Amino acid sequence: MSVFNAIDEERDIDVNEFTPSLEPQATWCPGCGDFGVLKALKQAMPEVGRTPDETLLVTGIGCSGKLSSYFQSYGFHSIHGRSLPVARAAKLANPDLEVIAAGGDGDGYGIGGNHFMHTARENHDMTYIVFDNEIFGLTKGQTSPTSPKGHKSKTQPHGSAKSPIRPLSLALTSGASYVARTAAVNPNQAKEILAEAMEHDGFAHVDFLTQCPTWNKDAKQYVPYIDVQDSDDYDFDVHDRREAAEAMQEAEESLYDGQVLTGRFYIDEDRPSYQQEKQSTGDMPETPLAERYFDDDYEWERSYDLLDRHK
Amino acid sequence: MTDDELIWRIAGGSGDGIDSTSQNFAKALMRSGLDVFTHRHYPSRIRGGHTYVEIRASDEEVKSRGDNYNFLLALGDSFARNPQEEAYYGDEEIKPLTENLDELREGGVIIYDSGLLDTDDVPNFDQRVEENDWHVFDLDLRGLAKEYGREIMRNTAGIGATCAIIGLELDVVEELMTDAMPEKILEPNLEILRESYEDVKENYDTDVGVTVPESEHEEEPVLISGSHGIAYGAMDEGCRFIAGYPMTPWTDVFTIMTQHLPDLGGISEQVEDEIAAAALAIGASHAGAKAMSGSSGGGFALMSEPLGLAEITETPLVLVESMRAGPSTGMPTKPEQGDLEHVLYTSQGDSNRVVFAPGDARESYIQTRKAFELAYNYQIPTIVLYDQKLSGGHQTVPESVFDEEPNPDIGKVVTEEEIEEGERLAGRFKRYRYDGEDGVSPRSLPGQKGGNYLASGNEHNEAGHISEDADNRVTQMDRRMSKLDAIRDELDAMDESHQTVYGDEDADYAILNFGSTKGAVEEAVDVLNDDGHSVKAMNVSDMLPFPKGEVNSFLEDVDEALVVEMNATAQFRRHIQGETGRHGDILYSLLKYDGNPFEPADIVDGFESQLDGSAEPAHNTRIESARGD
Ligand SMILES: Cc1ncc(C[n+]2csc(CCOP(=O)(O)OP(=O)(O)O)c2C)c(N)n1
Ligand code: SF4
Repeated sequence: MSVFNAIDEERDIDVNEFTPSLEPQATWCPGCGDFGVLKALKQAMPEVGRTPDETLLVTGIGCSGKLSSYFQSYGFHSIHGRSLPVARAAKLANPDLEVIAAGGDGDGYGIGGNHFMHTARENHDMTYIVFDNEIFGLTKGQTSPTSPKGHKSKTQPHGSAKSPIRPLSLALTSGASYVARTAAVNPNQAKEILAEAMEHDGFAHVDFLTQCPTWNKDAKQYVPYIDVQDSDDYDFDVHDRREAAEAMQEAEESLYDGQVLTGRFYIDEDRPSYQQEKQSTGDMPETPLAERYFDDDYEWERSYDLLDRHK
Repeated sequence: MTDDELIWRIAGGSGDGIDSTSQNFAKALMRSGLDVFTHRHYPSRIRGGHTYVEIRASDEEVKSRGDNYNFLLALGDSFARNPQEEAYYGDEEIKPLTENLDELREGGVIIYDSGLLDTDDVPNFDQRVEENDWHVFDLDLRGLAKEYGREIMRNTAGIGATCAIIGLELDVVEELMTDAMPEKILEPNLEILRESYEDVKENYDTDVGVTVPESEHEEEPVLISGSHGIAYGAMDEGCRFIAGYPMTPWTDVFTIMTQHLPDLGGISEQVEDEIAAAALAIGASHAGAKAMSGSSGGGFALMSEPLGLAEITETPLVLVESMRAGPSTGMPTKPEQGDLEHVLYTSQGDSNRVVFAPGDARESYIQTRKAFELAYNYQIPTIVLYDQKLSGGHQTVPESVFDEEPNPDIGKVVTEEEIEEGERLAGRFKRYRYDGEDGVSPRSLPGQKGGNYLASGNEHNEAGHISEDADNRVTQMDRRMSKLDAIRDELDAMDESHQTVYGDEDADYAILNFGSTKGAVEEAVDVLNDDGHSVKAMNVSDMLPFPKGEVNSFLEDVDEALVVEMNATAQFRRHIQGETGRHGDILYSLLKYDGNPFEPADIVDGFESQLDGSAEPAHNTRIESARGD
């Protein structure tokens, strides 16, 4: 019998299970887009069919990092920019878990940019939600990697000389097998995309546009969005890398002109996840490593047996 | 130390097979019943450049490389095999002789490859040979190797010649070569070995007084490095997850683990950087696997923040830190003990961790096992601190050391039944509730029913909620800090202390040291006591929690104590003073930080110069008083 019984269980799941029964006081500002992410994530869970006990949510640091405080599941509130390495190792140790990582644009595209690139490259089977509010929220409004060029803040008083990062294109070129963008102002699409991302077998990146009314009143995140899947003007094949890349580029450029394009931009269902790749090279056990420690019959090999080479 | 010993040095170009040749020869000496200790000296470059490996073998226990050596096998450097027009080689070609002659003992033996080296180029060679009474064998090793196989096999020719001179039968070497070499190259190698052996026997006077003693092992030995000790200790504790990023000399442990883990159903991950590596180990451990990571100075610096994360989330974590000379990237292939304070204090806040510094390969194994046990039982980060010398040097260790059963226990984890029956489930599982004397609260693992909670790097209450409440803060801090006291009690209660006391308990003088200096210090103590001094030594392995009691009573009645360490700032001496709050009036430091480890003679000289001025400290060491000038 498994030690992880939650994982074997099949039952109907209620949205409310993901709300902590002793609700910690929300420290997000009124009107913060982060509430939208929380709501969409909770609502996506029943569709994915995962319980709080089967789910591990690893967050970074920032207002966004507090997500794990308000979402009832196994949670790991890690350090700034490092949610991905923590999350992907937990997934390797126990692939049966539903693993989600989340953090802000500073967290994910700035300090954690290297991990973003490499986790996408390896195509770990997990979902990565980046709260993209084009600002550092928690540290009080500094320019972030997605702030527009010319953005003025206390740390960039003359206006930023840097062009913003292109999260979707970056995810695609790094190797993510699912890339989407959604927005807190569009709860239905957000819920659908998050559910789809979780069900996707591979690294699913969701650039989640959120608003920060406190520090970034100018951001386009409030503007009505256009769903690229619903609009005839944006007819492209999400399974075709080249077409997807073009659509992403357009979305990334038009965002700063006030046109918000959201939806699925790239889906590759054929690419094996990292875990599958590793299993095929014999580098990873078939049964979850984490189960091993509870199997009384398991024979633990000893270094004693390796000593012949040293004689 | 004994007069009846062989210290054999093979010198040549790096990348030239010197390492594997010497490995085999060290094993052959061990198989013929001797105790063996190896030392590797290499530059930070990949091909070419001067390098040597030294093997010390004796019928008595050998604990260090010893002072100087008595047998040189000087091969040509690798450029001879693979010259590049464009490169500047300087005097590389005669380095195998020039760089090594200073340390060759009187009456020692030199074999040099006359096919590659010309002693006319070596300044004052003949004069030095005569003055030092060296026995020189000029053998065309390259010519012989070429004749029977390939030039590179001149190593084998050198081994054949060595055996003829020291009186070692060829069969052990042949057996080892048969085990180690692929069919295709075995036959020519065997031929070269015999030819050169016969040639020396027939054409030279081998009665030169450098031989190997005859001996037998009481127990079956194995020849392993400190890195093997650490890797095997980890695996025997059930470690099945490692994440790392290469950095010399930590790469050794990383590679050994990676070589075995997939076969043992484990996972090894080479990742993008050291922050990621430590974070992965935390993630895997949090999910219920036994995990480790590690690095050397620079990479460990990057792990500072994840280290604190493991501590506050109480995620078991084992890190290894293999020291090399710093600051910054310093000297990648040279040992130093300069990261002690870095490892003790890095990470933010009043942080808490266990640090062990094993002194030899055997202790590397034993203490790594203990490091895992404590990390998982107390949900605390533990660090195994060692250095480049211990990492790469091989030593004979009795096989029985590895006899102990594997231990896959991952510490206090609740079962789903316990969660269901207990009252820990108001809202979230009360992961951080304090219910034991030792400060440890049982954890649940992601995927367990009813056990979900938040592990947070922010201060949190017993349910895992982020909290800045003053009373809660004090409770949580005190609970986490109390683990070290419980761990100290556990270490004190162990049958065998990690600290090794050597010499007469009532000695008037003491030497204190930690880590890889152990063997050289013990040999120095023997020399000093034979010379009529009254000295004892303590090799301290528990860096945190520090064995205050043991150290205090060891120092109780001594007149003076010399703290021997390989760094410039006396970090260990300061640590002793800080932890005990005493002994400032009797402690002196003997420091060495030139990139080379202490040898027994350095310590003898340092001791005698401090004690009665009868010697000068070795030119590359420094003595410093705890009180300052
Ligand atoms: C190593 C490190 N550097 C800096 C910080 C301070 N810090 C906390 S959150 C943050 C930026 C948060 O911005 P973002 O990731 O965009 O998240 P948001 O708050 O907007 O959700 C910074 C710089 C930190 N906690 N750790
Ligand atoms: S500062 Fe901005 S991102 Fe942070 S909680 Fe307030 S509105 Fe949200």
